[in-house]
Amino acid sequence: MNRSVVLSETGNLSVRHQWGKFFQGLFLFSTVIGLIVLGILIVTVVDKTFTLVAVTNKVDPATLADRPLEELSEEELRQILRENLRPARLRTIERDQAPLDEMNQADLTALVTTEIVKPTTRASYPLFQSLTRRAEIEAEIRSEYPDAQIYFKAWLTWDFLQRSMSTKPDLAGVRQAVKGSLWIIFITILVAFPIGVGAAIYLEEYADHRSRINRILQTNIENLAGVPSIIYGILGLAVFVRTLALITSGAVFGVDAGSGRTILSGGLTMALLVLPILIISSQEALRAVPRSLREASYAMGATRWQTIWHHVLPYALPGILTGTILTVSRALGETAPLILVGASSLINKDPQSVFSFFTTLPFQIYNWTVRPQPEFRNIAAAAILVLLAVLLSLNATAIVLRNRLSKRI
Amino acid sequence: MSEQNLSNHFAIETRNLNLFYGNFRAVKDVNLQIVPRKITAIIGPSGCGKSTVLRSFNRMNDFVPGFHMEGEILFHGKNLYAPDVDPVQVRQYIGMVFQKPNPFPKSIYENVAWGARINGYKGNMDELVEGALRAAALWDEVKDNLKKSGLSLSGGQQQRLCIARALAVKPEIILMDEPCSALDPIATLKIEDLMRELSENYTIIIVTHNMQQAARASDYTAFFTMDEDRAGVMVEYGETSQIFTNPRDKRTEDYITGRFG
Repeated sequence: MNRSVVLSETGNLSVRHQWGKFFQGLFLFSTVIGLIVLGILIVTVVDKTFTLVAVTNKVDPATLADRPLEELSEEELRQILRENLRPARLRTIERDQAPLDEMNQADLTALVTTEIVKPTTRASYPLFQSLTRRAEIEAEIRSEYPDAQIYFKAWLTWDFLQRSMSTKPDLAGVRQAVKGSLWIIFITILVAFPIGVGAAIYLEEYADHRSRINRILQTNIENLAGVPSIIYGILGLAVFVRTLALITSGAVFGVDAGSGRTILSGGLTMALLVLPILIISSQEALRAVPRSLREASYAMGATRWQTIWHHVLPYALPGILTGTILTVSRALGETAPLILVGASSLINKDPQSVFSFFTTLPFQIYNWTVRPQPEFRNIAAAAILVLLAVLLSLNATAIVLRNRLSKRI
Repeated sequence: MSEQNLSNHFAIETRNLNLFYGNFRAVKDVNLQIVPRKITAIIGPSGCGKSTVLRSFNRMNDFVPGFHMEGEILFHGKNLYAPDVDPVQVRQYIGMVFQKPNPFPKSIYENVAWGARINGYKGNMDELVEGALRAAALWDEVKDNLKKSGLSLSGGQQQRLCIARALAVKPEIILMDEPCSALDPIATLKIEDLMRELSENYTIIIVTHNMQQAARASDYTAFFTMDEDRAGVMVEYGETSQIFTNPRDKRTEDYITGRFG
C-alpha cells in the first residue's frame, strides 16, 4: 500500500553501504600501492639503463685520420693499427682473433676503437636527470673533462647480450649469464617437476592423512618452503659440490670439470630449494579436484591409478603448472644459494654441458652492483631488464602451454 | 522360488547390516532383499542413512575415512565385503548415478566410451556408445554433437549421460542417489520414464527425498528413519502400493502423510 514505507530505510542500511564502500576503497588503494611500487622499480631500472655519458678518448680519432673511422678503407685501418700498436700486442690479437688481413671493415673499426682510441666513460647521468637538467650537467662535464664527448648511451644493446664478461663496464656483457640461467632453470625443472608432482600425488592421493608420520611429513614440507635459500646453498655445497663431486664434476662420466662447482650442482640445489613450494602448490591443485569427479570415475569401476591418470591429473594440471610457473620465477631470481654452490664471477666460456662452470643473471647483477665504478650500475640495470625479459618469456611459454592444456574441454 | 538358493534369488541381500563412521553407528541392523529387475526406492528423512546404505552396495564408502561395516551384503551369494573381493570389480557390476550430474570434462562420446575402455572392452566402441546413449534416451538429442563437451548439455541431459555412461560398463544393478534432486520437473519425469524402461534389464535402487517420485516410479519401497541413537533403521519394506496406501508402521504413515520429516 504505502510505497514509502516499503522502501524507507530500515536499520543501518546506509551505514552498511558506507562500510562496503570503505573496504572497496581500501582494496583499490592496496592495488594502487602495488602498481606504484612496480612502476618505481621499472622507472629506476630504465633510468639507469639509458644515460647521458661523458666519454673521453685516450687517442683522439681525429689525430689518426682526417676522416671519421667508419669512412676509412680496410687498408687505411690496418695501417693505423700497425703504426699505433706494439708488435707483441698485434701478434696477440692475430692469434686470439684473426689475422688483420682477413678482417673486414667493421671488425677493424672495432679493433681501432678498443685498442687505440680506448674510449672511457668518465661519468654517466641517469635518463630523467639528463633530460631535465641537461645544460647544468654539460657545464659540469665541460669543467671536469674539457675534451669529453657527451651523448646518450643505451647500455642495453644487442652487443650487450652477445658480449662476455669483462672487468671494463663498457665491454662487459651477459652472454654467459643468460645461458647459465637457462641451463640452471632447465635442470631445475627437469629434476623438480617430476619429483615434486610425484610427491604431491603420493601425499594427496595415496598417503593416509590421519597417520602421524604423514602429518609430520606434511608439516615439515610446509616448513621447508620457508627455509632461507642460503641454507639450501650450504646444503648444495656440502652434498653436491663436495660429497658428490665425482658425479657433479662429471669425473665418472669422463668429462672432468675439475670441481663440483658446475651447472649440475647449481641446478640440483635449485631443485631442492623449489621442491617444497612445488609440492605444496601441486597438492593444492590436486585437492581442488572435485570429489564428484573422483566418485564418477570410481563408480565406473576405475582403479585408483586410472582415476588419477585420466581425471585427477588432467583436472589439476593447470593448477600444477601455475605452481611451476611461480617456481621457475623463484629459481630464476635466486642468487644466494648459487654464490655458495660456486657461480663464477668472471667466466668467458659458454656453458657446454651440465658439467660446465656457470654464472647466472641475478648473480651477475649482484656482482656488478657491488663494484665501485658507477658504470657497473648501468650494466646491472641493463642486466635486470634482460632478467625481466627472460622471466617474462619463460612465464609466457608456460602460460600458453597451460591454457592449451586446460582448453582440451 | 523355494527350490532356488535364496541368496541367489535376490539382486542384493543385506543381513544384519551395520555401518559405522568411526565410532558412530550410522545404520543399524538392516535386513533388505532387493528384487532383481525391479525399481526399489529408499525413502526417509535426512540423515537416516539411506545414502550410506546405497553407497555400501558398491563400496563407495570405502573412501570415507573411518568407515567400516558389520554384517553381510550378498551379491550372487557372495559377501561384497569379503576379504577376497576387489571393490573395483564390485563397481563394474554395480554402477552408480549421483545426486548432482557429474559428467567427465570430456566429449559426450568419451564420457560413455571411457568406462568401457578402462574395463577392457574390445568390441566396436561406436556401437557400444550408440547403444548406451539410446538406452539412456539421449541418442537423438546428441547424435550430431558427440564431440561436444559433456558439460555443455543441460542438467537433465547430463544426468542421462551419466546413466548412459553407467550402462556402457554393462552393470547388473544401477544405484541412483537422489538423481533428480538437481533437475526440473520435466527432466525429472524423463529420468523416471527412463528408469521404468531400464528396469526391464537392470535392477535399480533409488534413494529419493521425493515421496511422489517413490510412489510413481518404484515397485518396492523401503522406509528408513532414525532411532534414539540417531542410527538409521529400516522401519518398513514392501511393495510400493502397500507402503503408500496401507503402511503397517505408524512412523511410516506419519512420514508419507507429511506429519514428520
